[in-house]
Amino acid sequence: MPKPVKLEVSRRHLLAAGTATAMVGVVPGTKAQPQSSSQRLSQRPTGVAFEVNGKLRSLQVDNRTTLLDALRENLSLTGTKKGCDHGQCGACTVIVNGVRINSCLTLAVMHEGDRITTIEGLGQPEQLHPMQAAFVKHDGYQCGYCTPGQICSAVAVLDEIKAGIPSHVSHDLTVAPVLTNAELRERMSGNICRCGAYSNIAEAIADVAGSST
Amino acid sequence: MKEFTYERATSPQEAAAKARETLGAKFIAGGTNLLDLMKLEIETPQHLIDVNGLGLDKIENTQNGGLRIGALVRNTTLAADMRVRKDYGVLSRALLAGASGQLRNKATTAGNLLQRTRCPYFYDTNQPCNKRNPGSGCAAIEGFSRQLGVIGTSKACIATNPSDMAVAMRALDAEVETVDEMGRTRKIPIAEFHRLPGDSPHIETTLADGELITAVTLPRPVGGIHVYRKVRDRASYAFALVSVAAVVQRDGSGRVAVGGVAHKPWRVEDAEADLPKGPKSFSARLLADAKPTTDNAFKIPLVERTVAAALNDARQQ
Repeated sequence: MPKPVKLEVSRRHLLAAGTATAMVGVVPGTKAQPQSSSQRLSQRPTGVAFEVNGKLRSLQVDNRTTLLDALRENLSLTGTKKGCDHGQCGACTVIVNGVRINSCLTLAVMHEGDRITTIEGLGQPEQLHPMQAAFVKHDGYQCGYCTPGQICSAVAVLDEIKAGIPSHVSHDLTVAPVLTNAELRERMSGNICRCGAYSNIAEAIADVAGSST
Repeated sequence: MKEFTYERATSPQEAAAKARETLGAKFIAGGTNLLDLMKLEIETPQHLIDVNGLGLDKIENTQNGGLRIGALVRNTTLAADMRVRKDYGVLSRALLAGASGQLRNKATTAGNLLQRTRCPYFYDTNQPCNKRNPGSGCAAIEGFSRQLGVIGTSKACIATNPSDMAVAMRALDAEVETVDEMGRTRKIPIAEFHRLPGDSPHIETTLADGELITAVTLPRPVGGIHVYRKVRDRASYAFALVSVAAVVQRDGSGRVAVGGVAHKPWRVEDAEADLPKGPKSFSARLLADAKPTTDNAFKIPLVERTVAAALNDARQQ
């Protein structure tokens, strides 16, 4: 069986090409529209600069652009997924300044100077992050769509436990939380998996937590 | 999403002035509720004032032994603060019972107080809703009202306030600090911060136009056992059908506020005299004027049972 990497046209390249074509198509339309002054003001792109996976990126974006859309459409980092686009599914989870957030519920222009880590920044196929490797080992996915969000969330969850942040299921608020299956499941409840790979996801996270502590 | 202009505020007073003088302006902090509603075009601000850079993100001890929580302190940070965990456990518990880890990392203290109802008819733009479109009517009253309010409701609206945090703050007698466009500050007791719907359910708080929340203060700790009990349709990441924030003293006296039943956290101080007599007589006084629908009449006994469970938790700690 040929390896997918040998294909000349990848899905990612097709997506990136599609984005560029769409952008070209939009320009004449917007020029033809008569606009009020307030519309012109908002359509003027706002400049924003932040660090993504260790690289400084400067963008000009429409104010309405979410961080998720900026990552996917402007920077072609399509690893971060758009599921519900309303903060309910967690597929868009990224790590900003060390904490996990839903990138669909925040505007790109609000991230001036921030440090953003996406799934691409955690690890690459030739050098997987331990959490990525554990998801592969434990079969922590089926269709894979929620996986980048699950992995970013899981990495941040272990940091949150190390930082002593309690959860809804922590019995004693005054002591440092311990990683149990119940803690893990509570803390991962913002990441939905339609395929129901939850038990394998929990095993993958527990594996990483066990080997790093 | 409708178009809007955007600016980053440089001082609380300037932000308040800008909000007051700019047509259709709104503050944005965490944005987790506002952007959700903007995507659905339920909220259509013409101008956003980003208040994240205002430095209102500290938790400080007050001179009288309480805590002053900056408006921009994130829900996770507040829940994890050791002073809150030790002396105001009900607040940590309430915060941790709400939303998801990702949302708590972004959502702010002031934003949590200002979040809108999750009434399904408020969210469905094909339906009439007096909150979303004043004067259009209420589809919820004759509709599917299982999640909605049972007390303090009106003919115009039966929506509930969805916050867990606010229920704990009501039990703790928090105060909301604000600044206006002239730089004048005031403190609003949490009991007076959220309004009942009456005939203007679109006006949800007693904040004036442009008035900006700068902090929430907690009085000195009251001791006691702190419990937050939340009943919901799944074990995590769901809004409350009923929630109970309780601070119970050794002699059986205490304070109890209830969420999921009204347009604001529901607390009746007079009823608390009945707490030592047990949950039945307390709940009967707390919900004396309740007018549930057929769909949500179950919330009346559910409040009593959740209060009973909370008092039982307190006894066992």
